Amino acid sequence: MSDTATAPLLAVDHLTMRFGGLVAIDDVSFVAADRQITAIIGPNGAGKTTVFNCLTGFYQPTEGRLTLTHPRKGPFLLERMDGYRIPQEADVARTFQNIRLFSQMTVLENLIVAQHNRLMRASAFTLAGLVGLSRYTSAEKKAVEKARYWLDKVNLTDRADWDAGHLPYGAQRRLEIARAMCIDPVLLCLDEPAAGLNPRESHDLNRLLLSIRDEEGIGLLLIEHDMNVVMEISDHIVVLDYGRKISDGTPAEVRADPAVIRAYLGEEEDEELPPAVAEDLAAEKTHPERPGGEGA
Amino acid sequence: MEYFVQQLINGLTLGAIYGLIAIGYTMVYGIIGMINFAHGEIFMIGAFTSLLTFLVLGAAGISWVPLALFLALAITMLLTPIYGWTLERVAYRPLRGSPRLAALITAIGMSIFLQNYVQLLQGARNKPMQPIIRGGFELMREGDFVVLLSYLQIFIILLTVGLMIVFTLIIHRTALGRAQRACEQDRGMAALVGINVDRTISLTFVMGAALASVAGFIFLINYGVIDFFIGFLAGIKAFTAAVLGGIGSLPGAMLGGFLIGLIEAFWSGYFTVEYKDVAAFGILVLVLIFRPTGLLGKPDIEKV
Repeated sequence: MSDTATAPLLAVDHLTMRFGGLVAIDDVSFVAADRQITAIIGPNGAGKTTVFNCLTGFYQPTEGRLTLTHPRKGPFLLERMDGYRIPQEADVARTFQNIRLFSQMTVLENLIVAQHNRLMRASAFTLAGLVGLSRYTSAEKKAVEKARYWLDKVNLTDRADWDAGHLPYGAQRRLEIARAMCIDPVLLCLDEPAAGLNPRESHDLNRLLLSIRDEEGIGLLLIEHDMNVVMEISDHIVVLDYGRKISDGTPAEVRADPAVIRAYLGEEEDEELPPAVAEDLAAEKTHPERPGGEGA
Repeated sequence: MEYFVQQLINGLTLGAIYGLIAIGYTMVYGIIGMINFAHGEIFMIGAFTSLLTFLVLGAAGISWVPLALFLALAITMLLTPIYGWTLERVAYRPLRGSPRLAALITAIGMSIFLQNYVQLLQGARNKPMQPIIRGGFELMREGDFVVLLSYLQIFIILLTVGLMIVFTLIIHRTALGRAQRACEQDRGMAALVGINVDRTISLTFVMGAALASVAGFIFLINYGVIDFFIGFLAGIKAFTAAVLGGIGSLPGAMLGGFLIGLIEAFWSGYFTVEYKDVAAFGILVLVLIFRPTGLLGKPDIEKV
C-alpha cells in the first residue's frame, strides 16, 4: 500500500457483506487517500457497487470497519451512521451507475437541493425563509452562486432552467457529478461515471475529475469499466474479483499483476489477446511473480 | 340568478374546507405514496381543539372577536399537528417499506381509533357553538330572497386562499419544500444529498395536519355544530377532491376542493339535498374512469 504517514481519508478494514448465503464482499481492506483518485475495478459481480452501498449507508456491512478521516472534522465510522448523516456530516457524496437525478426539478434546483442542510439551518427550519429574513436570502444567494459555479464547470449554464429529466444522457451524468460536488464532499464516490459516454464526453469527464481532484483537493473513489479512463486518471487501483481483493497498487503495478490478468481473461493464455494485454503478459514473464496476489 | 350567486358563495365556503383537507391527502400521497385515511379524523380533532380553545378563551374572558379568532386559530394549528406527527410516528413509520396494503389498512384502523378516542373523551352528542362572526353584506335582493355574503364567509375564503398561498410558497421557495419535492421523487437519493428523509416526512404530516385543523376550525365557526363523526364524510369528500384535482398535485387539491364544494352546493340547490353525496362521489367515479390522473395530475411516465 502506498500511503502517507497520517490516517488516510478513507480506510476500509476487513469489510464483509453477506446476503444470506451469498458473500458479496469477503474481507476486503483498502485505503483511499486525500487528493487522489482511487479506482475500484473488477469483472461484473465482483462487489464493487456493494462496497459503495456500504460506504453510503445503503447496506449495513456484515463485518468490518469503514473509517473516514475528515480533514476538518476528524474521524467518522461510516458503518454506524444513518444514511442521510453520511453526506450531511461526514461529507461523502455519491453518484449512481443508473443516473438518479431529481428529474422533475430544474437543473439549478437539483444543485440547490444538494445544499439543503446549510439552507435549512440558515432558514431556521423554514420559518425565516417564509418571512424572507436577510440571513436566509444571503444563504440562498450563496447556494445559487455555488450552483452556478458547478454549472459552469460542467457546461450546463445555458440549460439551468431545463427539467433535469429532459437533458441528454451525457449532460445528466455531468449534472449528477455537479450535484454531488454541491454537497461539498471530502470524498466523492462515482459509480461508473463514464458508462454510456462517447469518447469525447469521456475525455471531458477525465478532465473534470482531474480538476476536481486538483482544485477541490478532495479524494475520489471511482468504479469504472472503461480501462482508458481508469488507467489515465487513477492514482491508485483496487481490483476485486468474486468479492475479494486480488490486487492493489498503481495503475502500472495493477496492469502487470498476473492475478488481475487471470481474473479478466481466465486461466489459459489466449492467442487473440488485445495488444496491450499481450505486452503486459510479456512483461510479466520478465518479472517474477508479484506479491499481493490472491486473497489479499 | 340570485339563487345561483348564493349557491356559489356557499359552495366556495364548503370548497375551502374540502380544499384544505385535500392538501394534506395530496402531500402525504406525494411523499410516501399512501392514502392517509385517518386524515379526516385530524380535521375532526382540529374542530374539537378549536371548540375547546374557544371555551377556554371564553372562560378566560377574552371576548374581543378578532383576538379570540386569532388565538383559537393559532392554538388549533399548534396543537392538532401533534396528532398528525404522532400518527405518522406511531402507525406509519414502522410500516415504511412494507406493502401498501398494510399502510392503507393501518390508516383505516387509525381512523376508527381516533374517532372512538374522541367519542370516549368528548361524548357522542353534538357539540354546538354560538356563532362568533355575525352579519354580512346584502349583495342582491329579489322579493323575499336575499343574497347574503356574510363576514364569516369572507373571512373563511380569505383565510383559505391566504394559507394556500403560504403553503405553495413553502413548497416552491424554501429548503423544506425542495426537500419534500426531492423525497417525493427519490427518497434514497434525497438521503444521499443529506436530506433527513424521516424528518421531512414527519414535517409533511405536520403541515397537512395544520391545514386540516384550519378546516376543522372553519367547519366549527361556519356550521356551529360538530361531533366525533364529522371527519369521516369530510375526509372522504376531500379525498375525492384530491383525486379530482390529481392526487399528488398541490394546486390540483385546491382546485378539486373548490370544485367538489361547488358541485355539492349546486346539486343541493337545484336538485336534491339528499343526493348531494351521490353527486360528489359520482364525480369521483367519472374521474377515475375517464381521467385517472385527475385534472392537474401528471401522468406517470413509464420508463422503458
